Amino acid sequence: MLDDFLIRAALAALGVGLVASTLGCFVVWRRMAYFGDATAHAAILGVALSLGLALPVTWGVLAVALAMALIIAALSDRRQGMDTVLGVLAHSALAIGLIAVTFVPGARLDLESYLFGDILSVSRGDLAVIWGGGALVAAVLAWRWQALLTATVNPDLAAASGIDPGREKRVLTIALAVVVAVSIKVVGALLITALVIIPAAAARPLSRTPEQMVAAAAGIAAVAALGGLWLAFRLDAPAGPSIVATAAMVFAVTNVLGRLRG
Amino acid sequence: MSDLITARGLAKRYGGRRVLDHVDFRLAPGEIVTIVGPNGSGKSTLLRLLAGAETASAGSISRMPGLRLGYVPQKLHVDPTLPLTARRFLDLPHRADPAAARAALLRVGLEDGVEKTQMSDLSGGQFQRVLLARALLQDPHVLMLDEATQGLDQPGSAAFYRLIEDLRRDLGCAVLMVSHELHVVMSASDRVICLNGHVCCEGAPEHVSSAPEYRALFGSGTQGALALYRHDHDHHHDHAHDHDHAHDHGHHGAH
Repeated sequence: MLDDFLIRAALAALGVGLVASTLGCFVVWRRMAYFGDATAHAAILGVALSLGLALPVTWGVLAVALAMALIIAALSDRRQGMDTVLGVLAHSALAIGLIAVTFVPGARLDLESYLFGDILSVSRGDLAVIWGGGALVAAVLAWRWQALLTATVNPDLAAASGIDPGREKRVLTIALAVVVAVSIKVVGALLITALVIIPAAAARPLSRTPEQMVAAAAGIAAVAALGGLWLAFRLDAPAGPSIVATAAMVFAVTNVLGRLRG
Repeated sequence: MSDLITARGLAKRYGGRRVLDHVDFRLAPGEIVTIVGPNGSGKSTLLRLLAGAETASAGSISRMPGLRLGYVPQKLHVDPTLPLTARRFLDLPHRADPAAARAALLRVGLEDGVEKTQMSDLSGGQFQRVLLARALLQDPHVLMLDEATQGLDQPGSAAFYRLIEDLRRDLGCAVLMVSHELHVVMSASDRVICLNGHVCCEGAPEHVSSAPEYRALFGSGTQGALALYRHDHDHHHDHAHDHDHAHDHGHHGAH
C-alpha cells in the first residue's frame, strides 16, 4: 500500500496536520505565532547545514530549530520589544540560511522543496520520521497536559501548585522544534507556522473547553490535509500551499459562523 | 504546632531596584495574616515569593513538608483564544471530583449554572469566587489571596472577606492575604504586617494601627485606616472625608 506515492503523501500530510494542529492550540493560546515563524524559518539554515555536512536533513533542521527556539525563549524573558526581536531573528535566520544553501553544491535544486515542501517525494523513511516524531510530541503533550494547561492559564497559579512554568514552556519549545523538523518536507519552512496556527484558530469558535479545541483543530487539520492534497491534484497546484489554503477556507467558515451565532 | 511557612532575611531585587529587604516571616496554622503597605512596598512580591511564583534574591523560605497552597492571584487574564468553562478551570491542575467541584462552587456562593459559563463571561464577583473555589479544591493548608477583591464594590468586597473568615473557621486553613482595603481587611485579621520594602511593624490590628510607622505610611492621627473602620461602625460624622482618604489608598495600593 505504501508503494503508492499518493498514499504516502496523504499519510504524511495527515500526520503532520494532526501533530501541528494539536501543538498549534498551545501556540495560539500562548501567543507564540511569531515564535513559531522564527523557529520554522531557521530550519532553512538547518537544511543548508545538513546538506553541507551530509547529515540527514531532519537532524540538521531539528538542531537548528531547537537552538533558535532556545535563543528566543531566553530572550523572551527580557520583554523588550519581543515582536521586533522575533522579526529580526526569523528573517535573518531565513536570509542566512538562503545564503548558506548556495554554498552547498547541488543544494540550489532542492531549495524550493524545503521552502514550500515536496510532499510527493515523501519516502517510507520520511513517513517513519513524521509519524514517529508526531507520536513523540503527542505523547509528551498528553503526559504533561494538565501542567501545560495550568501554566498556560496562569504561571503563578502553576507555581503555587508546584508546577514549574518555565519547564512547561521549555517542553513546548522543544515540541515546536520537533514539529518544524518533521513538517518541513510536507509544507516547507515558509508555511509550517500556517499549518500550526490556522487549524487551531479555525477550531476556536467551535469549542468550549481546551480539549474540544484540540479535537476540533485535529479534525480540521485532517480535512485540510486530505482536502488540500485532493485540490492540489485537481488543480495541478503545489500541495503544501493547497493544504494551507484549505485550512484557511475552514477558518473563514467557522469564524463567520461563530460571529453570526453571537 | 509548627509553622506552615517560615522565611528569613528575604530580599528581592529587580535589576538594581531593591523591592524587598531583610524580611522575616512566619505563618502558623489557622491564622489570618494580612500584608498591608503603600504602592510599590513589595506586598505582592512577598506573597509571590512565599507562593513559589518567584525566587528570592537572598534569604530562605521553608515550607512544611507536603504543604498545599490555595493561591488566588491578583490578576488572572484568560486569553480570549483559550476556551475555558468555569468547571474546566476548577480541574487545574488536578481533576476535581464532580461532587467536590459542585460543593466548592456552592461553598463560595455560586450556583450550578456557572459551571458551564466561560471564564471570560463571568462577572468580576463571580470570577473571584471561581478562583477561590479552585483554591479550596486544593484542600489547602494555606489560602493565599493577592488583592482578591480588585474590581469589586465595597459591599462586594466586604462580603468576600466575610466568606474568607467563614472558610477559615470551617476548614481550619491559614489565610495569608495582601490587600489595600485596610479598613475591611484589618478587622478580619489576627495579625497585620505593615510592609514598605521591609517590615515596618507587625502585630495585632490594634497594635499596628497605633504604631507610629503605620501612621507615617497611612496617614496621621485618627485618619488611619483602622480608625476609619471604627468610624464606620461608630457612625462618625467625618465619614465622607475619611472615606475619600481611604479610597485614595485603595487605588494606589494595587501593585
